[in-house]
Amino acid sequence: MKTETRTLPSRDDTAVRVNDCALKLANVNGTGSASANTLLMKAIFRMGVPVSGKNLFPSNIQGLPTWYEIRVNESGHTARATEYDLVVMMNAQTYADDVREARSGGYVLYDSTWPLSPELVRPDLGYLGVPLTTLCTQNFAAARERVLMKNICYAGAVVALLAIDPKIVSALLDETFQRSTRLRESNQLALRLGYEYACEHFDCPLPFHLAPIDENAGKILIDGNTATALGCLYAGATVAAWYPITPSTSVMDNFTALCRRYRREAVGEPGPDGQVQYRNNYLILQAEDELAALGMVIGANWTGARAFTSTSGPGISLMNELLGLAYYAEIPAVVVDVERAGPSTGMPTRTQQGDLLLCAYASHGDTKHLLLFPANPAECFEFAVKAFDLAEHFQTPVIMLSDLDIGMNDWVVPKLEWDENYVPDRGRVLGEKELELLGSFFRYADEDEDHVAARTLPGVSEKAAYFTRGSGHDKYGGYTELPREYQEVVDRLAKKHAAAAAHMPPPVVERRDGATIGVVSLGSCDPAVREALDLLADSGLPLDFLRIRGFPFAPEVRAFLDDHELTFVVEQNRDAQLRSLLTIETGVEPAKLRSVLVYGGFPLSASQVVEGITAQLEV
Amino acid sequence: MASITKPLIPLVELERNELGLTVRDYEGAMSTLCAGCGHDSVTATIVRAVFELAIPPHMISKLSGIGCSSKTPAYFVRGAHGFNSVHGRMVAIATGANAANRKLHYIGVSGDGDSLSIGIGHLAHAIRRNVNMLYLIENNGVYGLTKGQFSASTDVNSTSKRGEPNLLPPIDPVMLGLSLGATFVARGFSGNKEHLLPLIKAGLEHTGFALIDVISPCVQFNDHEGSTKSYLFTRHHEVQVDDFTLFQDGIHANGSDDGAVTVSMHSGALLRFRSLPADYDPTDRASAIAYLERHKAPDEVLTGLFYVNEAAPDLHELNKTVTEPLVAVPFERLCPGASALEELQKSFV
Repeated sequence: MKTETRTLPSRDDTAVRVNDCALKLANVNGTGSASANTLLMKAIFRMGVPVSGKNLFPSNIQGLPTWYEIRVNESGHTARATEYDLVVMMNAQTYADDVREARSGGYVLYDSTWPLSPELVRPDLGYLGVPLTTLCTQNFAAARERVLMKNICYAGAVVALLAIDPKIVSALLDETFQRSTRLRESNQLALRLGYEYACEHFDCPLPFHLAPIDENAGKILIDGNTATALGCLYAGATVAAWYPITPSTSVMDNFTALCRRYRREAVGEPGPDGQVQYRNNYLILQAEDELAALGMVIGANWTGARAFTSTSGPGISLMNELLGLAYYAEIPAVVVDVERAGPSTGMPTRTQQGDLLLCAYASHGDTKHLLLFPANPAECFEFAVKAFDLAEHFQTPVIMLSDLDIGMNDWVVPKLEWDENYVPDRGRVLGEKELELLGSFFRYADEDEDHVAARTLPGVSEKAAYFTRGSGHDKYGGYTELPREYQEVVDRLAKKHAAAAAHMPPPVVERRDGATIGVVSLGSCDPAVREALDLLADSGLPLDFLRIRGFPFAPEVRAFLDDHELTFVVEQNRDAQLRSLLTIETGVEPAKLRSVLVYGGFPLSASQVVEGITAQLEV
Repeated sequence: MASITKPLIPLVELERNELGLTVRDYEGAMSTLCAGCGHDSVTATIVRAVFELAIPPHMISKLSGIGCSSKTPAYFVRGAHGFNSVHGRMVAIATGANAANRKLHYIGVSGDGDSLSIGIGHLAHAIRRNVNMLYLIENNGVYGLTKGQFSASTDVNSTSKRGEPNLLPPIDPVMLGLSLGATFVARGFSGNKEHLLPLIKAGLEHTGFALIDVISPCVQFNDHEGSTKSYLFTRHHEVQVDDFTLFQDGIHANGSDDGAVTVSMHSGALLRFRSLPADYDPTDRASAIAYLERHKAPDEVLTGLFYVNEAAPDLHELNKTVTEPLVAVPFERLCPGASALEELQKSFV
């Protein structure tokens, strides 16, 4: 493959740009900066402008550097930017690095209460000094308040510099602090201090700034873990078991909050004190470890409940044993894996797609699992529901692989819809009446076209009783060590796994005229890859795109690979795990697949994809 | 585990329980354990207990881990769902099962390897959660299926079949249970079924986590002279601490109340203790711990219902779950619906 060298159009440093810029906010964690940063992001969202916020935070509670990045793009490209127009420097520890991050012609905002050291001055940058500490010391009495309000103060300056609508920001503060007049007033004051200082001292707005449009009608701001929790709630999950682990903890935190809101039922009449008694139609178990968490989920599913667990890579490692049990004994289980950077403890607050192969074949012996790959919070909601349907239909574990970028960052997605006609697919479960008609029941004997045999639940009837085991069994559920009987069951399991391909969410395919090369990717790579493909198409290299959404792979995947002389596989891990899985499972010629691998732990950027592809096409 | 179906030929007219079932209706497959294995006596005692309590077989859920003991759920109550899971994780699975359906009777059978080594963490936390179940440890002080290694319950200087002494101190499941706040703690001996039967029945009647350590000798690897978990040693050294009667129908409990400790159970049953040692009260945890500590001697195997607490809330009461099984709650009550989603999302803009 030979093509001419390409260069992408470079940016004019000083031209006016509306609704197309990137901000980096450098903070110290534990100082309350998150509220100021999300305030800015939410205000931009309410202006109707496509926006994303990426929180690059340390595995620490207080005192270490943390960054928040806001990308604004009218065309909807909101993958992580790598060039920053404005850098807000609130952490002296990282000044030197942060100054380097600003693009040529960009600006830095810093606390000018103290002078900036001369070596931090770059001639190609504009320096916006706001005496944040002085302003807050003069206007606030309490020590804690003086620290916290600096954040809202710089947000006020950014509002002026970027022409963010101050009325929207002010309204957001009122909503946030509606219960406390004191907090509302101090936040509004801090906002005003920063805003007015910027208006008086700088040419506001900067050449790159915002203007209201209407791109966010019918959209919401939501993180993937909240959306996943909502999906589990709507799917009718009644039992959840988990062990706390970053970055999946907020799945269960949100599920707990949602259950408290929607799953409490008043019982009886109010007592003499007027207090209503509540009962919960859910049970959330904080387990002693991830082994127990999945064990509980398996026990609950075996008994007939929809149950799930949420975890991250280290938890999946521990769950391997029980994933094998659920696979072999054919028990539904839903596992949400919010991936973080491995191996081992790795980088708990950094994103990666490194659990793919582990999840596909988790546990010893011949095992294969059903995997779902949401690319954004909207798909987290949709696929969480789908995961329960698939798990019960196929009586097997389903692992939904989200990641830190999707799970913990706020994304703009279309408003979630719920189909009132949704009926849960509870799979083949024989009830009392069906059992009466049956001569006798054998657990694994009566397979359907998907190679699934009907199961029964405890507590229904004596006829339904069977002995579930992770040891060798024949199709009647009896213990066996005979090759033929053993193989009959495991061969059916392989066929069952293959049959699930047709039930997985189909891949998303985007074709371009004249394309001969394909790009395959999955999960949170999506916005960066699509932006990269637009950039490459603009520069004269149209590429076709396929985003995988489930494993086993739908037939379209192999067809797409066959259709292209060369396909790039873009993924966020070192070892090209998706490329390996494609090679193993589709039988495609490995030489036809080339990798673009980005696995440093930060969310993927379009520039990384463009560079990764063009570097391999240049002579 | 291999299993052989038992022929169901009624040879004599058998006694029937309230449900009209005979003890044979509570049996399972033929045991494939070694002849004389203590576990088979425990199995037979479980069969007798559930028969006498007239529990409908399908309302029992029987679970186990891995090991000789964990094979036994195949050998009792064929009409109950069974789950022979993986090593040490049984009680986690039972916890999830119980969470899903609180109306079933859960019987977990485990061994000293399963409960005191690989699964000790899960056991500890199931005790803390007070999962409503009967948890039996068929304790033989040895790894049988892997041919004779010491277990975590082997006593110091108890010897292997080859005569090597064990050097590590044992973990006593009774003291473990008491220290973690188990709400029913007992020890029995598989060679003394008359005493084991009421323990198992009381454990089944208990609401909460009923832990019964059953000394159950391994005839193949730990029934020799140097073993402290042999039939002979246990027979000669068993000391029954208490003597109690379980009245299934507490209201009609007969006999004298004089000097006895009585415990009313949630199930409606009543426990009446007689002939208790002077310095010991089975409803007082501190007293039970102190008594057992004082009487810890290498030549005594204390058995009995050491402690019972019917007042502690179980897993479901702690979590205020609905009174019906969660599996019985219809989907309509679980899914908040489209308009609630619409409303909720007003806070996402």
